[in-house]
Amino acid sequence: MKSKTDVVIIGGGVTGCSLAYMLAKKGIDVVVAEKNYLSSGATGACGAGIRQQWSTKENTELAIKSIKIFESLSTKLGQDIELRQGGYLIAVHDAKEMRQAEKNVNMQRSLGLKVDILDSDEINDVVPVLDVKGMAAVGATFCPTDGHANPFKTTFAYANAARKKGAEIYTHTKVTDIKTINKKISAVKTGKGIIKTNTVVNAAGVWSKKIAEMVDIKLPNVPFRKEILATERLKPMFEAMVISFKDGIYFSQQEEGHIVGGIPIPREKKGYKTMPTFSFIQHMSKTLTRYVPQLKHINMLRHWTGFYDVTPDARPILGEIKELKGFIQCNGFSGHGFMLSPIVSQILSDFITDGKTSKILESLNVNRFKGKKIDHEMYVVG
Amino acid sequence: MKKSAIVCRCEDITEEEVLKAIEEGYTDLEELRKKLRIGMGPCQGRVCVQIVIKILEKKTGKKVSKISIPTSRPPIIPVPLGTLASDKDEK
Ligand SMILES: Cc1cc2nc3c(=O)[nH]c(=O)nc-3n(C[C@H](O)[C@H](O)[C@H](O)COP(=O)(O)OP(=O)(O)OC[C@H]3O[C@@H](n4cnc5c(N)ncnc54)[C@H](O)[C@@H]3O)c2cc1C
Ligand code: FES
Repeated sequence: MKSKTDVVIIGGGVTGCSLAYMLAKKGIDVVVAEKNYLSSGATGACGAGIRQQWSTKENTELAIKSIKIFESLSTKLGQDIELRQGGYLIAVHDAKEMRQAEKNVNMQRSLGLKVDILDSDEINDVVPVLDVKGMAAVGATFCPTDGHANPFKTTFAYANAARKKGAEIYTHTKVTDIKTINKKISAVKTGKGIIKTNTVVNAAGVWSKKIAEMVDIKLPNVPFRKEILATERLKPMFEAMVISFKDGIYFSQQEEGHIVGGIPIPREKKGYKTMPTFSFIQHMSKTLTRYVPQLKHINMLRHWTGFYDVTPDARPILGEIKELKGFIQCNGFSGHGFMLSPIVSQILSDFITDGKTSKILESLNVNRFKGKKIDHEMYVVG
Repeated sequence: MKKSAIVCRCEDITEEEVLKAIEEGYTDLEELRKKLRIGMGPCQGRVCVQIVIKILEKKTGKKVSKISIPTSRPPIIPVPLGTLASDKDEK
């Protein structure tokens, strides 16, 4: 293990690995410390959907920029990340939801996004298997360039490309402490040795709060357990990701044919417990077969849990902590960190290498929670 | 074993593919599984994971620690969604 480096990234999920790649590409000496294996956190549990239809302008802008990067990522990294752009269909259930949807679509279109509003009888043109009556939809919005990628392959592709550019990635290496001198970062202690550095990036997902506690910084993030299931493989039936904010459900058919999706767990609790529950399976099966009745005879294959690292406004925490020089946050993704990873790592790598800041980076700093009005992202599922 | 022997029947993965992935640097059992989808089929890896561990140990010369052997996830046998959705024990 190295004894000294420019930057230590804590966490080998999709964000840690993509940031390592961006920094290494700029010639920065970077180390990633991951306590398990790459993608062992939320990244490996996630639906890996990529959506540009958001209710806040900031998230929409970030997601549009991310998709642009995703579109050329396989070529850039030299490995296929299995990006599929089958669109996202967002079900709209009543007049009130439709007014909100129209408002959002206008905002999204003003940013150059192509997005359509569908009548209830147009829904089956996009996703033929949906039972429009059963799902009680009065319409939908549809953005054809939304999609999903393979979260493992994306993470591995970033990590491999980062290594080629000189990054060192240590798996099974847990960060146990962070050392400071005069309110500046000085070193990171791991289970395998100490690394001297002036810059630490906290990309530890749902464990970021614990990492921050090592240097007496309080983050407002809260872990929320999420469950997700996969059916057996089926022949290709539809390409879009289907979501509903009212029912909280999201599901899509993966490249290999499995239908994968989730829904909030009734009586869900905060915390780090990972045991899957039967109430999730039942609630999910009921809702899914109401949306797609022909799935009744299809077997559920697997069921697993992961965590959303949730902030008070459901937007990530990015950038340097004012009280501690060199301590950079990259967490609080609140259930949409996969899709934001390309743009977030670009913004942070610009900041780390050139001190370049931007309006968006400033607006995502943790100090936004100090006594200011919060613009909450409303479009969160799962 | 022949080079083209099937290692994971559910996901149709051959020994050759496993060896190639190990050569590419996927020497961590979990990363290897996730790259190739080994163990994610209907049998949840009961058929293939032990074989993959043997291949990995032989190729890298390192023992795979017992702790890192994946757990199978519920349900143990596939169940139809219609059955899971049935109302019996809920109002
Ligand atoms: C069920 C589910 C579905 C989701 N669906 C989507 C979706 O469709 N689209 C989307 O964009 N997002 C989705 N998300 C959210 C997405 O998975 C996360 O936002 C994203 O993966 C975060 O990546 P990360 O790299 O920041 O964190 P993680 O992947 O959690 O990585 C953090 C890493 O830090 C490591 N770590 C922790 N503590 C330490 C330590 N002390 N020392 C060393 N390493 C440490 C962990 O082992 C972990 O590997 C979903 C999440 C879940 C749970
Ligand atoms: S043989 Fe590999 S999952 Fe069944």
